[in-house]
Amino acid sequence: MKHVKQTLYAVTITLGLLSVAHAQPLRFATEGAYPPFNYVDSNNQLRGFDVDMAHALCARLSVECAIVAQDWEGIIPGLLAKKYDAIIASMAITEERQQTVSFTQPYNRTRMVLAVPRGSDIQDPAPATLAGKTVGAQSSSTQGIYNQDVYGANGARVKLYVGQDEANSDLLNGRLDAVVNDSAPMQEWLKSTDPQCCRVLAIPGTQSDAGIAVRKADEALRARLNQAIADLIADGTYRQLKLAHGLEDD
Amino acid sequence: MTAGERFAEWFGLELFQRYGAQLLDGLLLTLQLVALSSSVGMVLGVLLALGRTSRWRSLQYGCRAYVYFFRGSPLLAQLFLIYYGLGSFHGFWRDLGLWGWFGDPWFCALLAFTLNTAAYQAEIFRGGLLSVPRAHYEAATALGLNRTTTFFKVTMPQVLIVTVGPLGNELILIIKASAIVSLVTLLDLMGVAKLAFSRTFDFQVYVWVALVYLLVVECVRRGVNRLDRRLTQHLRPTDE
Amino acid sequence: MFESLGLLSLGAGGWGGALLAGAGVTMALALACVPLGLPLGLLVALCSKSPNATVRAMAALFSICFRGLPELLTLLIVYYGIQIALQKFQAYWGGSAEFSINAFVAAVIAFSLVLAAFSSEVWLGALKTVARGQYEGAQALGLSRRQTFFKVVLPQVMRVALPGLSNNWLSLLKDTALVSTISLVDLMRQTSLAVNATKEPMLFYLAACCLYLLLSSISGFCIAQLEKHYGQGRERAS
Repeated sequence: MKHVKQTLYAVTITLGLLSVAHAQPLRFATEGAYPPFNYVDSNNQLRGFDVDMAHALCARLSVECAIVAQDWEGIIPGLLAKKYDAIIASMAITEERQQTVSFTQPYNRTRMVLAVPRGSDIQDPAPATLAGKTVGAQSSSTQGIYNQDVYGANGARVKLYVGQDEANSDLLNGRLDAVVNDSAPMQEWLKSTDPQCCRVLAIPGTQSDAGIAVRKADEALRARLNQAIADLIADGTYRQLKLAHGLEDD
Repeated sequence: MTAGERFAEWFGLELFQRYGAQLLDGLLLTLQLVALSSSVGMVLGVLLALGRTSRWRSLQYGCRAYVYFFRGSPLLAQLFLIYYGLGSFHGFWRDLGLWGWFGDPWFCALLAFTLNTAAYQAEIFRGGLLSVPRAHYEAATALGLNRTTTFFKVTMPQVLIVTVGPLGNELILIIKASAIVSLVTLLDLMGVAKLAFSRTFDFQVYVWVALVYLLVVECVRRGVNRLDRRLTQHLRPTDE
Repeated sequence: MFESLGLLSLGAGGWGGALLAGAGVTMALALACVPLGLPLGLLVALCSKSPNATVRAMAALFSICFRGLPELLTLLIVYYGIQIALQKFQAYWGGSAEFSINAFVAAVIAFSLVLAAFSSEVWLGALKTVARGQYEGAQALGLSRRQTFFKVVLPQVMRVALPGLSNNWLSLLKDTALVSTISLVDLMRQTSLAVNATKEPMLFYLAACCLYLLLSSISGFCIAQLEKHYGQGRERAS
């Protein structure tokens, strides 16, 4: 028992020293299932616009970068539980989210679209058209919230999925009449599957800005990130990254 | 904050206002799923158990293979296999006019759970069938009882005594396993909890839902205990 | 249809290697739970036989809790809850060191607790089979309580408990599939990734089921060896 206690003390002290002595890297989290913003390539490496932005920001702030993948439903809880320090996953800035986390200035813009099968009779994304239809979206996302609060409230059957890919699969096999998604990821998915399978309808009024999420108490980090983002925009790196991923500059 | 507001926040009453009705619906869905799948699974399980103890080799092997597959692989994998796997043959199902069934997540979940629990119940019933002494079958034949009467009046009552406990356990396992249907878009109790958590990030949701599950499981356990005691009444000394 | 079988190949472009890696993570996760879960289960079983009513009540509460909750819920509660608890603990102690438990550790803790609760039933049943005479004999020989437990009782208990514990192990192996929901790349998660990339759900989920069956068979073989070891020196009655 004495040996056990001694070992425990030693381990605790060592871990404590290690974590203090090691220069704190900036830990980012992203989803990894949202091309072209963030995705995992065939070597299990995280890639995408968000990942490159994170690296560029770290370089600007002269700190080491650590980026982890986290499933979307747990990404904000993980931030609140201090698993990482910031979320860079093209997360839309919404009032609901701002009740729990703070956002930096926007670094990306997203727009929601409605995808329907090619032969569908749905011609416009108005809530009234979708009444009685089955509409899918990723849960915990702004698309999921839009699905529940707009389409669901107007009589559509709302289905929420763990990931966007699962929702898209169910659109293909006919379980869903429509899927709510973000514009760029939807285009990516169509490219990789079958561009002819579906029609994409833009949903007006759903332009939103995406920012980096940090804990409410981390004002200092937020200020540093804001400065770094401003610097990246000013010196053209931001534009380069956007073009490299085929995104329009705005 | 007033004391009342503090109380409300601590107990998550605001959560209940927003999600109470949905949580109740989720609970009902859970109970429906469990009741249906366990009862249909029981019938299938008895058939499988009879098949495993039958004289025909091929039937025996078929049932053994079925039980091996469904007891050896995770229910989650089976659920995805049915929901996504069978779902990918949607053209085929549409031609047969069955897409209304295989496209519906409720039916897919029900199917997966029924097939799974049937395998476990088959083993339970097999143990029960083995517990009936051969002498009883011989006595039944000697009395001139036909096979159906023997089955319902001689075999099953004895089988039930042995199997009530394990079947109760299996029912509890199904109730717990039902939480995974939230992964195929069904809004059962767990699904609503995840939904509420995703909007509010309030950990309390999970705590309350945990309490509900514990309550349900505890009720089932006590009910099964009572049933077991009633069924074995005649086996205990009367001056207890 | 047979071209799609090529998707399972072990080479580049095939997902066979990735699936096997996932199976490795599954096995590692399950194995990591054993040294925590089984001793804890034994402890809970011993506590439930304690003369102290509070200790008995705590053991009963533990058992009811972790046997009654859905494993998915236990996993999520441990995953989010421990981190919050760690955070509060650190805040209380004023520590600046940032401990963070990753998904693997959270899963090991969650499943160990569940394994402990279920195995405590098995241990309890096995402990009942040790004759009172064994304890009395050990006392007569002057063995301490510790020596009695580890040298006399435990070997006998292991033999009886092994079949029940092997059932617990197989359940654990299948429960690990749930960690795919907290983005731990085990066999199940790897399969889902493969399905999303290749759009062949039937093939890959069947392959996953077969891999789990394979893992169960390998386990069955190892457990049979263990049974032989613990059953040494005893004749089988039938």
